[in-house]
This record gives sequence, C-alpha cells and structure tokens, in this order.
Amino acid sequence: MIASPNGHQNGNVGAGDASYVRFENVQKSYDGESLVVKDLNLDIPRGEFLTMLGPSGSGKTTCLMMLAGFEPATHGEIFLNGHPINNLPPHKRGIGMVFQNYALFPHMTVAENLAYPLKVRGMSKVEIETRVKRALDMVELPRMAGRRPAQLSGGQQQRVAVARAVVFEPDLVLMDEPLGALDKQLREQMQYEVKHIQERLGVTVVYVTHDQTEALTMSDRVAVFNDGRIQQLSSPKDLYEAPTSSFVAKFIGENNVLSGRIASIEGDTCRVDLDGGGTVGAVPIAVQGIGSRTSLSIRPERVVLDPGPDVPNGLDGVILELIYLGDHIRVRMDVAGNDEFIVKIPNGAEMRPLERGARVRLGWRTRDCRALDPVG
Amino acid sequence: MTDTAMSGPASFADAGRVRDPSAAPLTTADGLPLKAALRRSQRRLRLQAVLLVLPLLLFIFVTFAIPIAMMMSRSVQNPEVSEFPPETAAVIDDWDGEGLPGEEVFAAMARDLATGQENNTVGRVTARINREIPGARGFMLGTAREAATLQPPYKEAMLAANKGWGNERYWRLLKRETRSITPAYYLLALDYEYDSNGAIVKRPANYQVYQPLFLRTAWMSLVITGLTILLGYPVAYLLASLPLRTSNLLMILVLLPFWTSLLVRTSAWIVLLQQQGVINDLLVFSGLLGDGSRLRMIYNQTGTIVAMTHVLLPFMILPLYSVMKTISPSYMRAARSLGASNFRAFVTVYLPMTIPGIAAGTLLVFILAVGYYITPALVGGDSGIFISNLIAENMRGTGAQVRLAAALSTLLLVGVLLFYWLFNKIVGVDRLKFG
Ligand SMILES: Nc1ncnc2c1ncn2[C@@H]1O[C@H](COP(=O)(O)OP(=O)(O)OP(=O)(O)O)[C@@H](O)[C@H]1O
Ligand SMILES: [Mg+2]
Repeated sequence: MIASPNGHQNGNVGAGDASYVRFENVQKSYDGESLVVKDLNLDIPRGEFLTMLGPSGSGKTTCLMMLAGFEPATHGEIFLNGHPINNLPPHKRGIGMVFQNYALFPHMTVAENLAYPLKVRGMSKVEIETRVKRALDMVELPRMAGRRPAQLSGGQQQRVAVARAVVFEPDLVLMDEPLGALDKQLREQMQYEVKHIQERLGVTVVYVTHDQTEALTMSDRVAVFNDGRIQQLSSPKDLYEAPTSSFVAKFIGENNVLSGRIASIEGDTCRVDLDGGGTVGAVPIAVQGIGSRTSLSIRPERVVLDPGPDVPNGLDGVILELIYLGDHIRVRMDVAGNDEFIVKIPNGAEMRPLERGARVRLGWRTRDCRALDPVG
Repeated sequence: MTDTAMSGPASFADAGRVRDPSAAPLTTADGLPLKAALRRSQRRLRLQAVLLVLPLLLFIFVTFAIPIAMMMSRSVQNPEVSEFPPETAAVIDDWDGEGLPGEEVFAAMARDLATGQENNTVGRVTARINREIPGARGFMLGTAREAATLQPPYKEAMLAANKGWGNERYWRLLKRETRSITPAYYLLALDYEYDSNGAIVKRPANYQVYQPLFLRTAWMSLVITGLTILLGYPVAYLLASLPLRTSNLLMILVLLPFWTSLLVRTSAWIVLLQQQGVINDLLVFSGLLGDGSRLRMIYNQTGTIVAMTHVLLPFMILPLYSVMKTISPSYMRAARSLGASNFRAFVTVYLPMTIPGIAAGTLLVFILAVGYYITPALVGGDSGIFISNLIAENMRGTGAQVRLAAALSTLLLVGVLLFYWLFNKIVGVDRLKFG
C-alpha cells in the first residue's frame, strides 16, 4: 500500500504536490452568530504529517470535519489535489479517517471491518482477502482477524482503526485525537507506530490533538489553533524555540513571562524596561515600536544562575521553592515582580547548594529572550 | 507486538499464571479450603438479597403463579360426569372398550343410579350425556327410578329394563368422560372434538371458531408489530439525534399517550374513523369521496390495526430510542469516510447496530398485542376481534365455558412462550435492550 494510484497519475501533479490540501479563506459558523473557524488559510503538501494543536474548543475538529465533508464550510473553498471539494459528499472524497473512539463497527469482526471499504469499492473476494491480511500484518495483529472489536484491548482497537483507515490506500488520512483514550505508555508507543506507518505508506496525515508532546514528536509541521485561527504554523523545533506570539510561547512547553515596555530598538535586538524594575535585552518579534508594551518570553532551561561576565542580562531573584527531580532541579523564584518564574538547573557536579529564601543573581543571553505581544 | 501468545480470549486471563495442576486446593491462613471460606463470607450478603426480594416473590406467587396454575388445572378438569357415578368410574377403566362391559360395571352402575336417585344427582349428568347420545337421559332416569328394585345379574336386568343400556357408544362415552382429567377443552379450543365413536375429529366447518381466531390474532399482531417498527424507527431516530431541547419535547409527545386513558384514546379513534366521523367527513367535504361511498375504517380489522398500532407505538419507540441514543454518530461518519453512500452506511452499519432495540420492541409489542382485549373489543367489530375477546366472553359463561376459556388462555400462554423461545433462538434475548 505504497503511494496511491489516483493521486500521482491524474495530471495535476504540480499543483497537487505543493498543496495537496488547501484551505482558502475558510470560515465556519454553526449558529450564524459566532465564527468557530475564522479565515483559515492552509496549504498541506503531499506526504506531510501536519498536526492541528490547540486548546479545547479552538475549532480543530471542525476543520477536520469540513475537510472530511461532514460539515459544510460557511465560506471559502477547500481543495484536494487541486480540485475544489466543497460539494463532494464524504464517501466520494476517498479520505481515510481515524476517530477518537475508533468507531470500529461492533457487529463485524476485525477482518470484516477492514474489508468494509474494499467491499464498498466492489473489489473481488481474493483481492479483499490479501489486502486485509497485508493491513493486519502491517499493524502486527495477524491473528486477530476473527475477533470482534469488543474482544480487543484499547491499543489493539487503535491499530485496527488505523489499519482500516489506510487499507483502501487513501492519499489523505485524518485523525482526530486518535490516542486520547490510551494510557500514557501505550500512547507513546502508538505515536511511533502511527508515525512509522505514515512514513512507510507516504500518505498525507492531518492529525488533531491537544497534547503538545504528541504534536512535537510526530509532526513535520504543527498548526497551533486558538479561537478559530492558526496562531503559528511551523516545525516542532521552531514552535518551541521561536514562538511568534505569547499564546504559542505559553501553550508549547514551559515559559517565563516578564512584562515591560520597549525602551529602544537597535537592529535585531531591543532593550526592555521591566515593570518590576531593571532593563534587559531581547529579540523583538511581535512589538509595536518604542514605548509600546510587550511580554518577554524566556524558557526555564535558558536561564542561568550566577551568570558570568559574558551574559549581558542580569537580574536579582529570591528563591521561593526548590523541587528535586533527579536529573535537574526546579527552582521557583520571584523575579522582577513575577513569583512564578521557573528556572531549571541541571544536576551537575559543580552545582552550588541552593536554599529557600536566598537571593541569587540570574541571567540569560539576549537571543533566548523574545519580546512578544503583551498579555493581560 | 505481544499478540503471539494470545490465541483465544481465555489465554488473556491465563497469561503468566500457569499453575501446577497437581497443586493442592488453596486454603486460607487457618487451613479452611478457600472456596468454603468464600462461600461463608458471602452467605450473609446472599441472605440479605433473598430477604429483599422475598416480599415481591411472595406477591408474585400469590397473585400470579397460583392463579395461573389454577387456570391451567381448570382447563383439563372434567367434574360433570366423573362426580356422579363414582363406583362405575372406579371399575370402567378396566374394561377394554370392546362390545359391552361386563357384569361388574353394570352392577356398579346400578348402585350409582340408586345413590344418585337418593341424592338427586342423576339429572345433571344425564343432561350432559344426552347432548352426545340422544335418548340417554330417558333410559338413565327411567332405570334410576327402579334402581332400588333391580336384582343381579344386573347386566341382564338393566338390558331388560331398557334396550338403551345395550348402546356400546354410551359405555364408551362414559369410560372417556369419567376420567377426571380430559383433553376435551383443548380439542375444542383447537376446533377438534370427539365423534360419537370417541375418535378425535375436526369440528364441522361452521363451528370452527378458535383456530382461525388464533391465527388471525397472530397475523394481525405481526402486522401491528411491523407497522410500529415502520412508524417508530424514524421517530426514535429523530429523538436520538435532535438537540436535547427539541428531543425532550418530542419525547413528551411520544409519552403523551401513556398519560391518557386507553379508553379515551380508543374512543378518539372511533370519533375519527367511523363512517360519520371526522376523516370521512373531510374526504366527502373535499370531494374525494361521494357521500354514498364513505369508507368503513372501524368495527373491522382496519380499526383494530390502526388503533392498536397507535396504542402500542411507544413500546417500540422507547427501546429503539434507548439503543440509538448509545450509537455515536462517528459510526455513520466512519462508514461514509470509508466510501459507503448514506443509504449503504445506514443499511450495513446503523441498522445492524439497532437490532437489539428492534428485537426488544418487537418482543414487547407482539406479546402485548397478542393478548390485547379492550381495543379490539371496542373497535374490532366482528372481523377485528382477538382471541382474548372470546376468552373473556367464555369466562362469563357456564362451568364448561370457563374451562374452555382456561384452555384457550393456556394455549395463548404456550403460544407466547413458543414465540419467546423462537425469538431467543434467532436473536438471542441476552442481546436485547429494553431501556
Ligand atoms: N455540531 C455543533 N453545533 C454547534 N456548535 C458546535 C458543533 N460542533 C462544535 N461546535 C462548537 O464549535 C467550537 C469548536 O469546536 P471543535 O469541536 O472544533 O473544537 P476542538 O478544537 O476540536 O476542541 P476539542 O479539543 O475539545 O475537541 C466549540 O465552541 C463548539 O462548542
Ligand atoms: Mg475535537
């Protein structure tokens, strides 16, 4: 089940490959009063693993449902392989789908579940049999063909659901929080398996989750949703290291926020007067200009205690809490008026003893501190 | 993956717990066998459970099990003949039924006639026998009057007194009817009877009432069940898929019939369906129908089917709804994303998943319909009544009619149990879902 027969051969290769899926100015409203999806523009190239990540209610499922054809777009157009699909019913779109509750048909065996899309397509019995067998081998469940879904464990059901979504060789597979019901360990294992299957088959995957670790480990690109808009669309690495908005910085990983006002901008750095006192350097990312308010974002592991002379930004802080975590120590501090300032200190041999209530000096490199849009 | 070791469901439980089969049974710390200890610790709980259901069990026993047992026993009782000639009854069983019985039977009959004459019990039984053997009343009463003066050998004396005693059919009837248990009422309930020679034969065509009525009851109940499925399925689907506010309102409408008296609902159908009723009036008014050709929609089978379908509809909708409510919309979506058209997805995925509801509703509606009484009585006319209407009619009659009613009821009960058994074979009752 390697790349599809229909996609590559039907002429439209150029347009289809660069943006195999394309949302163009898509808006969606359920009630005619509020927009659940506001002006979505998104291009997904063929073979990409794209994750939609965002808090609950941000419109991720809605986007997926519009792509699958179960919800009409209120405005705008969705293209698949260069063709508009707004008026194409779901069963003619040829999109595989994995649901959060798996939606395996309980009255059919595993093999019948897998055969369903093939039967619908009128394949011969022999053909169906070989394909079902191949799919079961792929998810390493060759002996489960005769079982009912209820006789499978959660992880096994999950694998059958994935197998069913790809058994008819779709070019595009949608997954809506497919691992949400699994426990942590199984979830991590399944993340790798799903990713491997995707790489092996070369299918395009649009994946919805609100688990950021899942998004970071599996995806080629992540689209962070909030309030019906894509806040940032980039690779997992950029998402973590170069967030372009306070929302993304806060949503992905741990983040320290310091509020202040831009004092000056020189080239690709700026000086910021902090509300809690002191002035530090930062990289201006989303700032309005001199005098405007900004929120600085610094990752906990980029803060150093007792900085050397080569670290330009220094502040004083008071240690409020120490949590020993084995490989590192989490220190909660009061820094420039923020008493939730977290510092992670690697548990190294040369580490000096820390005490609660102690006053220490800390600092960071200017390029690790990003000046973003003000919050609050 | 780890599925290599899992060849069947049982191996899940056994995995990693392989025990030496020769090991001694487990015991508790103080040496008691584990099973006995477990039983003892649960005895109290079990006792509590029994005590909790005891009042209900007693209630059911007194008000349900006993009456049914009494009804069933009544259906085979045969007191009329057997109570009169006790001595004859005791000896006639030894007679082989060929020719005339021997002297001892005649002697017993002579003594019975004498006591019967004294106690005035002859008259009743002669009436019963005279129905089957005309003239029997005459010679029985005649000989009874002279019974005290009869001398042995009785056989000759009685044959001399009246030629009627030489009627072999009379003795065969007596042999049959003096048994205290008789299948006669079951035969009657199935339109069979004993002919004059004691063989079981079908009753004359114009007396055949019950068998056709049983069949009619069954097929009309099936039609009604089918109609409730056809009408109830979409309603249940709406109930299960509409947003809560709307579906609550709809649910109230579905339940409304439950809050109205059955009589009121049935009378409403009379108002609607009768020949001078609302529907006919409307049809005539709109010119679709001539005044002379008003439709007959009530006091026949149509009336029964329409009214009973309406009355029983909630019993189909509720189990269907309770099943549909648990079916996530993602199943249909999954089927459609896999390439099935809306119709195909419905037939291959949704419909099979609602079978437990359809089956439960079918069971409820069919069994309720088969025993229905009021509605067919009110709107059924002659052609639309059910077996229960005849049972009720017989219940109010003489002793024999009551026993016939008991036989009919027992047959109805057996029919329902048979249906249940068949149903269990086909669908499996453990798969049903009632609510
Ligand atoms: N069928 C519907 N009718 C009306 N409103 C809906 C419907 N489905 C979703 N919504 C609303 O649209 C918004 C976005 O919902 P959506 O399901 O897309 O969120 P999501 O990002 O998938 O959230 P989650 O992570 O919780 O699944 C929510 O406010 C939700 O209440
Ligand atoms: Mg969702």
